[in-house]
Amino acid sequence: MFIIFLSSGLFLGWSLGANDAANIFGTAVGSKMVSFARAAIVASIFVIIGAAIQGSGTTETLGSLGLIDELAGSFTVALAAGFTVLVMTNYGLPVSTTQAIVGAIIGWNLFAGRDTDGTVLTKIVTTWISGPVLGAGFSALLFLLMRYVLRKMKIHMILLDSYIRWGLIAVGAFGAYSLGANNVANVIGVFVGHAPNIVLDFGIFELRGAQILFLSGGMSIALGILTYSKKIIKTIGKGIMDLSAEAAIVVVLAQALVLFIFSSTSLSNGLAYIGLPRIPLVPVSSSQVVVGAIIGIGLVKGIQEVRFKMLAEILVGWILTPIFAGLLSFFGLFFVQNVFNQQVYKPVTQHTEKVLNTENYTIINAIEPEHINLVWWLAGAGLLLLSALAIWLIIRQNRLKLLAQNELLEHQKEHYITQKALMEADLKTMRLENVSMAKKLEFRRKELMNMALSIVEQKNYLEELAVQLKDIQKTEEKKEKNRKIDHLLKNMKLKLSFEDKVENFNLEIERLHKGFSRKLEEEFPKLTETEKRFATFLRLGFSSKEIAPLLNVSTKSVETYRYRLRKKLNISKGENLIRFIQNL
Amino acid sequence: MAIFSKSNKVIELLEKFIDSIDQGSIVFKKGVDNYLYGNIQAFENNILTLSKLESDADLLGKDIENRLYKHSLMPQLRGDMLRLLEELDDIIDIMKTNLYQFEVEVPNIPGELNQDLSKLTEMSVASVEALVPAARAFFRSPETVKDQLHRVYFYETEADKLAAAIKRKVFREMQDLKLSEKFHLRYFTLHIEQVSDASKKAADLLSVMAIKRAF
Repeated sequence: MFIIFLSSGLFLGWSLGANDAANIFGTAVGSKMVSFARAAIVASIFVIIGAAIQGSGTTETLGSLGLIDELAGSFTVALAAGFTVLVMTNYGLPVSTTQAIVGAIIGWNLFAGRDTDGTVLTKIVTTWISGPVLGAGFSALLFLLMRYVLRKMKIHMILLDSYIRWGLIAVGAFGAYSLGANNVANVIGVFVGHAPNIVLDFGIFELRGAQILFLSGGMSIALGILTYSKKIIKTIGKGIMDLSAEAAIVVVLAQALVLFIFSSTSLSNGLAYIGLPRIPLVPVSSSQVVVGAIIGIGLVKGIQEVRFKMLAEILVGWILTPIFAGLLSFFGLFFVQNVFNQQVYKPVTQHTEKVLNTENYTIINAIEPEHINLVWWLAGAGLLLLSALAIWLIIRQNRLKLLAQNELLEHQKEHYITQKALMEADLKTMRLENVSMAKKLEFRRKELMNMALSIVEQKNYLEELAVQLKDIQKTEEKKEKNRKIDHLLKNMKLKLSFEDKVENFNLEIERLHKGFSRKLEEEFPKLTETEKRFATFLRLGFSSKEIAPLLNVSTKSVETYRYRLRKKLNISKGENLIRFIQNL
Repeated sequence: MAIFSKSNKVIELLEKFIDSIDQGSIVFKKGVDNYLYGNIQAFENNILTLSKLESDADLLGKDIENRLYKHSLMPQLRGDMLRLLEELDDIIDIMKTNLYQFEVEVPNIPGELNQDLSKLTEMSVASVEALVPAARAFFRSPETVKDQLHRVYFYETEADKLAAAIKRKVFREMQDLKLSEKFHLRYFTLHIEQVSDASKKAADLLSVMAIKRAF
């Protein structure tokens, strides 16, 4: 039954964790400097530690505002506060769990006809103002100090980034600890009067009475952080999200300090010991301290940066939240009492003042607490956790292995593609080499052909020479003989001087007008080599007189060539031979 | 400390990267002067050195980018920082391309322009030399960056003025040059001027980043 009634408080804790986690590591996660998993785990652990170790101070204050003496009453009050937070968050209105719970308790006081302690209320309301103001003061000082140190030390930005990353985690841990210590009272404060009279034995340590409540409260806040804060950061995530990482450290640290101060019993006692006034141990809204801290930085940097809208939102929150929660609590109590027939407060005559013992958080009670041994349960849970961890590690290992294999395959694929490209390039080079070789071969073939032609020509010439020599031999008249010999010599000289040049010239012409020769060959295969050469000369614009020595024939023979060529090229009478050749 | 070794490695690479840009600007200046005064062997050595520095800068830039992403360093400023590296890399790229253009196109530069072009190169390089300490300062004391950037803007304006004067001289006074040669000279003036333009572009980015970073 107690656990069912406690659920409303735990719900309040869950929503507190989900909403307020953004104040602790919103910037760190939002800026991707710290992963959400790491931040959430650190925050969850420290919020539980803070709640369990230091949660009693603020709880005592809330208890003195109104010690709810019936479990159904506590349930309704926590539910009213939780509902207020939920509704106002949904409508985007500024809300604080602290103000909601205070309003709800006052609602209970009014319903039960109990007096609200004015001094305690004043103390609480004063901290609502002093919290953000103190936050502003701390953040301004810390900001100045940090700026001075950073400018003096000139740390490289990349190294500073790493320092800030660790700094955000450390400060976030402190912030979570302070949040747990200060705000756990909001979650389970109204239930402390009904703390179960049991002792939980964990083997190494024992938890009794209210301590169990603090732990559960801390755990509910942690659950809120782990399950829902990521969404809050992503969707609502304003506030300190757009701060630089350095400023975020200052803001979170200032917030943590304020929350710590308002929840540390030792600090309060210490101040009292040296004769200074005690610090009121009151739950304060972390969001409002954060706004104060941001304004503090704004004041240092220049008035333009002060977010007056946020300041106005706090003021609205101060008034709206307690009124709404108070009304909801009042009507809720009426509903629970009259519809469900649950007693939500003890009549004044039965009401006995219970006193909270701050030493061991248990209500002074004559009955010996029930002792529950949790060692085996814990061992079992530990074993389960270890098994889960082992399974997770195996799965992770397998996933990493798979990733590595995929990466290797990708590499191999890339390697294959590169090799393919290389082979294609090689193939292309070989093809080009083949083409070049074929060209060289063709050129050699032409050279050989020219050589053959020249041999034939020489043979013909030598035969002609033999005939002429025989003719000279037969000639008896000396004068005639000498004339013939002179003529022969002259001819031979001419032949000698032209042979090489003509040979080279023909080769060159062949090479330069290869396309034309090929075309002639293809279209008019009946043309002889000399005719082709003749056509090439005509194409170059040589006259018959110029062509004759090149072909080693007389000018008249050139005309014969011309006639033959016209015939072989099927040129009609009116058509110009040279133009025909040039247009080929 | 071991946990900060990744950051320290990136810092080391970043310093090397900026060194390459700085050294590149010196080599570029020498390269242009060597070309203008006909020291071809030295000019070719300058091209080789600048190519090496440019490819080093490329590799360093890639390595820095990989490390920033791999170790999720500087998540907030990573984008800006990589853009800055790109802008700085652009400067050395332009300088290398410029020297290659001299080598490939072999522009015919009349002797009377030697001094002007040398001065233009000096101004362009001076803007890079002013940018380099500002880029280094951004990483350690961003609040001082603005004080250093005004020199970049000053040299860039001077380079612009000089380039305009050279172009005016080429087109109005040097009548014996062919129009094609005039165009060629205009392009080379433009190429050298581009170095200071790239420097100004990087300075603009740096100035915005410094404001964003100011704490």
